Amino acid sequence: MGTRLIAETIIFATSSKPVLRIMFSGIVQIFTDFGRWILLMRQAMQRPEKWSMYWKETVRQMYDIGIGSLIIVALISIFMGAVAAIQFAYQLSGQLIPIWYIGYIVRDLAILESAPTITCLVLAGKVGSNMAAELGGMRQKEHIDAMEIMGVNTASYLIMPKLVAAVVVIPLLVYVSAFVAMIGGFLASVPTGVMTTAEYTRGLLAFYEPYNVFIMSVKSVVFAFILTAVSTYQGYFVKIGSIELGKASTQAVVVSNILILLADYIIALVMTG
Amino acid sequence: MAFGETEILKGISARFERGKTNLIIGQSGAGKTVLLKVLVGLLQPLQGQILYDGQDVTHLTHKELRTVRMAVGMLFQGSALFDFMTVEENIRFPLDMFTNWTRKEKLDRVNYCLERVNLESVNDKFPSEVSGGMQKRVGIARAIVLKPKFLFCDEPNSGLDPKTSMLIDDLIQSITRENNITTVINTHDMNSVMEIGENIILLYNGEIAWQGSASEVLGSQNDYLQEFIFASPFLQRLRKAALDQGLSDQV
Repeated sequence: MGTRLIAETIIFATSSKPVLRIMFSGIVQIFTDFGRWILLMRQAMQRPEKWSMYWKETVRQMYDIGIGSLIIVALISIFMGAVAAIQFAYQLSGQLIPIWYIGYIVRDLAILESAPTITCLVLAGKVGSNMAAELGGMRQKEHIDAMEIMGVNTASYLIMPKLVAAVVVIPLLVYVSAFVAMIGGFLASVPTGVMTTAEYTRGLLAFYEPYNVFIMSVKSVVFAFILTAVSTYQGYFVKIGSIELGKASTQAVVVSNILILLADYIIALVMTG
Repeated sequence: MAFGETEILKGISARFERGKTNLIIGQSGAGKTVLLKVLVGLLQPLQGQILYDGQDVTHLTHKELRTVRMAVGMLFQGSALFDFMTVEENIRFPLDMFTNWTRKEKLDRVNYCLERVNLESVNDKFPSEVSGGMQKRVGIARAIVLKPKFLFCDEPNSGLDPKTSMLIDDLIQSITRENNITTVINTHDMNSVMEIGENIILLYNGEIAWQGSASEVLGSQNDYLQEFIFASPFLQRLRKAALDQGLSDQV
């Protein structure tokens, strides 16, 4: 209450300066959202009423996220690998760097950046917006209230399975993405005569660093958590009205993407610095 | 109870009796739905107490409140059936979540509840495949599946034709009596007021303007009540005729 009073006082004091007022309101909103998110997550992490029901829901979510996203992830990854191979072939042409380096570049690019980051940015758009819309729809149609009155811990039942499913399945999708990106690189460079299979394979096997796979795994788990936690928060607290539902969906994608990129930078700094 | 600076409910003090259909009536915007949401704990009052069998639920933690809610059933205005589940799954959901019954025991209970609300052969249908009246009945079946001690109904007749409305009213009243539960219904359906109103509270601008039973409505001189119940000229004439002929008791 005291903090709110201080915030309102500052907003009032800056009311003659619209830019300052908007900036300050924005900062207050960020802290308010963060506080509500912490409380929601605390509630979501409580002991389930019945493990079997949560497990059933988790499996459903795993299927939705995993199988539902496999094709889009594979498609994006194959093109990411192919484009990386073609562009690096173009940049390296006429230089002293051996052509098999393309395989090495495609591999490390996929493992360190494109597979975890691009895949999770795409999944934030597909899975994140879907989660926000699903929970928002349930809020608006009073499904969440109905469950609350039955005695269900809705934050836990509706969010925990999604978090668990995402943190398990999204890293698997990222591994698939990295693998498919390497196949994409192969398809774009070997059949087109840029290099031979032996050269591409040599590049793939050169300077292999298992630690990079560990970085990819850390990134994928963190990004999966971010996109699920942000999207479920946006959906869970949606207000009445179709415009609000659309807004929540958009916010889920925008905020997830920003936080994923920020986390990408921090992880890169910490793990490779 | 207030939203920001706007005070919605003021000085409400009421007792809802067991085994009776308690009605909250009032015009749109009078605060009926807010009062119902406060009663079931979906909204927190700024001050005061809400007692369930003597236990104040306003200061309970989420976990404690959930235990109390196990004894509460609620029928929502829009039924709030989970549209991704079949009728049977909707009714079975509380059993799946809170009991360790066998599949057969659960199915028996689901079928009993469906039978109780006069529904058959709809187990495998989705909510969108049944009519509005049937959805309400499925909502009632789901609300009573865990044998609640308290039943709350938010506008159970909204969007229904008069005949179906009467059917829903009769159903709620018979379930209330049969199971000796405390039922609180939020409505502005005049037929419900006169047919099943055993303990009626009239809300006006967030305050209790009148309290009594259906048999006291006609004879009451409360302006707000008369203005609300006998809003149309036809009903005003009907009331006058009844009073002139000394038929208020029979009405």
